[in-house]
Amino acid sequence: MAFEYVNKGVKRVDAYEKVTGKAKFGADLEFADMVYAKVLRSEYPHAEIKAIDVSKAEKMPGVEGVYTADDIPNNLFGVIVQDQQVLAKDRVVLAGDGVAMVAAETEEQAAEALKKIEVEYKELPGIFDPVDARAEGVQKLHENKEDNQVIHHPLRKGDVKNGFEKADIILEREYKTQFIEHSYIEPEAVVAVPEDQNHLISIYGSIQNPYATRTAVAVVLNTNLSKVRVIQNHIGGSFGGKDEVVSAMAARAAVMALDLKKPVKMVNSREESITESYKRHPYQLKYKVGATKDGKLTAMEIEAVADSGGYACQTPFVTWRSVVQATGPYELENVKTDVYGYYTNNPYTGAMRGYGSPQVIFAQESLVDELAKELDISPLELRLKNIYRQNSITASGQKLDTHTVSLEEVIKKAVEKSNYKEKYLEYSKEQKGDIKKGIGLAVSFRGCSLGAEAIDAAASLIQINKDGSVAVYSGLAENGQGLKTIFSQITAEVLGITMKNIDYMEIDTTFTPDSGSTVASRATLVGGNSIKDAAQKLRATIDAFCADKFDLDLDDVDIREGFIYDGKGNRLATFEDIVGEMGNQGIMLSAYGWYKGPAISWDEEKGTGNPYFTYVYGCQIAEVEVDTGTGELSVTNMTAAHDVGRAINPANVKGQVYGGVVMGLGYGIMEEVEVNKGKIKNTNLDEYLIPTIKDMPEIEPIIVENPDPVGPFGAKSIGEPTLELGSAAIANAVAQASGRRIRSLPLNLERVLIGRALHKGGK
Amino acid sequence: MMDKVNVELTVNGEKYEVEVTAKERLLDTLRKQLKLTGTKEGCSVGECGACTVIVDDKAVNSCMVLTAQVDGSKIITVEGLESKRGLHPLQKAFIDNQAVQCGFCTPGMLMSALALLNENPDPSKEEIKTALEGNLCRCTGYQQIIDAVEAAAAEWGN
Repeated sequence: MAFEYVNKGVKRVDAYEKVTGKAKFGADLEFADMVYAKVLRSEYPHAEIKAIDVSKAEKMPGVEGVYTADDIPNNLFGVIVQDQQVLAKDRVVLAGDGVAMVAAETEEQAAEALKKIEVEYKELPGIFDPVDARAEGVQKLHENKEDNQVIHHPLRKGDVKNGFEKADIILEREYKTQFIEHSYIEPEAVVAVPEDQNHLISIYGSIQNPYATRTAVAVVLNTNLSKVRVIQNHIGGSFGGKDEVVSAMAARAAVMALDLKKPVKMVNSREESITESYKRHPYQLKYKVGATKDGKLTAMEIEAVADSGGYACQTPFVTWRSVVQATGPYELENVKTDVYGYYTNNPYTGAMRGYGSPQVIFAQESLVDELAKELDISPLELRLKNIYRQNSITASGQKLDTHTVSLEEVIKKAVEKSNYKEKYLEYSKEQKGDIKKGIGLAVSFRGCSLGAEAIDAAASLIQINKDGSVAVYSGLAENGQGLKTIFSQITAEVLGITMKNIDYMEIDTTFTPDSGSTVASRATLVGGNSIKDAAQKLRATIDAFCADKFDLDLDDVDIREGFIYDGKGNRLATFEDIVGEMGNQGIMLSAYGWYKGPAISWDEEKGTGNPYFTYVYGCQIAEVEVDTGTGELSVTNMTAAHDVGRAINPANVKGQVYGGVVMGLGYGIMEEVEVNKGKIKNTNLDEYLIPTIKDMPEIEPIIVENPDPVGPFGAKSIGEPTLELGSAAIANAVAQASGRRIRSLPLNLERVLIGRALHKGGK
Repeated sequence: MMDKVNVELTVNGEKYEVEVTAKERLLDTLRKQLKLTGTKEGCSVGECGACTVIVDDKAVNSCMVLTAQVDGSKIITVEGLESKRGLHPLQKAFIDNQAVQCGFCTPGMLMSALALLNENPDPSKEEIKTALEGNLCRCTGYQQIIDAVEAAAAEWGN
């Protein structure tokens, strides 16, 4: 199939404003009479608030208003469970909970006034390990709950007892993952503008999910959704991170703006951002696997415990993805999986690129390599004996027969490109000197889009103006990933116009229906289909008009690059002239597009059903060098093969692969939010280290395309799969190089060298 | 009130006289007084490089420089790259090589790359990495940024 715009690495439509400094991000916005606000946050991870005295703060220079929980119309919000406080009222449940806020003429004045707020706390004992939170009789962290359990997802298939009896070998291992910071380079920023264009309040800023933020603000203000308008500006990275924390910020700014009748701007410093924002869930994972001596898996039993921190946030859904994918892409007759989330007094945890998959993949892909070693089978061979193929049945009982199950193909391509087989043999021999090399692979299947988490639908609006210019609105948000470009390409392809005729509008909740959140690598797949739907409706109208005007069969109307042709390739008119004429005749040239994903199912009790309507497959291979003298670990090469269905924009897909691989490397070997009794120790980027340009390995992206029957032009997902494999592939390579199996992330210097972390209580 | 000082700056070829406190950072002068918001603030401790500008031919973190210290200096910000003749070769190369995702690190990256190419028009890959080591990017994994700087350097040579 030949395309004009799809499947081409066209330039980003938003690059010009970003390379010239014209792109306005949240912190760049200014409004007349705008004031600035700051939040006072709890130093304690768990404490009663006995009293708050704001009288001294109110008298500070420039102060316009000081607010506490008593000033918030409705203090609780949350996307899944409404347990998150806008400002803590009687009790703080994590260090970083907001307890009061100040609006002042300048940011400095607001910060000074914060220091004058006197809060009397009574410290309470905290719970800092989710395993402790599940103990009988332990203190409840949320009074209206039965206990500290946020969620439990079971999955049962076959009979694990029977399966383990059939096994020649049984392996039991425990793995552990850490808190991670999203580390978007732009700290959170919002401006709330009261009484703005017939809305009670407008919110501008770095908002990943405008509809979720709109809901939170409306709930907090006790008002209708239509009274709240959310406009996303350019956003400086998000990776799942600018959802609840930004919704809280937006709600706070809205409360103050309505009280003061002035725009209120809030911008977090990096320290404020790391202190208050939610993190990636740390998991404690117990895996038990049985296999025959020739390497066929017979049973797997898994218990995973996730730390939800002070709030439920996205824990119910994050852990749900884990339960679906916990066994990895392996055929198993007998499975027993239990994934739990518990409240603690740690920083709360939420969505981060990968969601609940990187944790279980680190465990399960490490486990498969450990099993291979015990069985004396190569890790590649063991995988090939067990992986999902066409018509395989998953752990939840879903038959994979509606799309191309390409796992073997992606593995083969990555293996060939990286020379895995030769290198694996070479590095398995004794290596001389301190520097030892290793190569490791990891594979995954990943459900595309939301799955059974929520209704999976999205909207778009395309308006063709009389001069032939086209405005595109979508209910999904550009978060840097390239959505505006992808959706413009699809629009151009379907309408037969050039990209330069298209203006892509910022997401504004006034113009498009609620399309859910821009998460779960769903934008190209679900949002792309809605764009295609809108464009096809308009194209059908234009085709009919042209057929009538030029006396052609409908099928003979051809529109390409902004010109109308007959079936024989004769140019008849320009797109501009035709839509101008249609406009003059009063023909509607705007269309909404809507797409709702195919039916899915999930039985919460048994963990059975068809949780996702399609899947993507990936394989990453890491090569490392370990200095056994110093413990220094260097990842030299990463080969990343991913089936994306169809790459709407291959250059963007590569960008996702490079970015995901480097973020996965950070997760694997460097990053950890150090939390000591609920308090974060590394609150800026001088202590919380993310990969620099010097840390990047040589990356070889391999795009595999098996068009999906459901996706727009066959496209599926790429954002998250790229980051979920790295830590496991690197751990497997380190095990080969050093002979040391590390079951805890990150695989940093001390763990590589001495097998445990050096900090107090390090495991 | 804190004493204020008058400082003269040449920013993107234009002369400005600004009144600043002794503690005012160059970043704040650029963003708040001159409304040049292309320069970004990401960490305020000189780690992320989003605030990188060029001061007298050197790339510096403008969050770590007091405006009073750079009295009389020539400063280039991202807003100074595009001219009447069009985009600067570095800007063009960033667009052509898909080196931009969210775009928040982009101005700082461009400034560090500009300082490098001004000093060394034909840098090796390692030299590019060294020049951009102080600029964090969380989106791109850096590869397409390196591609862009290499492409711009080739263009520079012509």
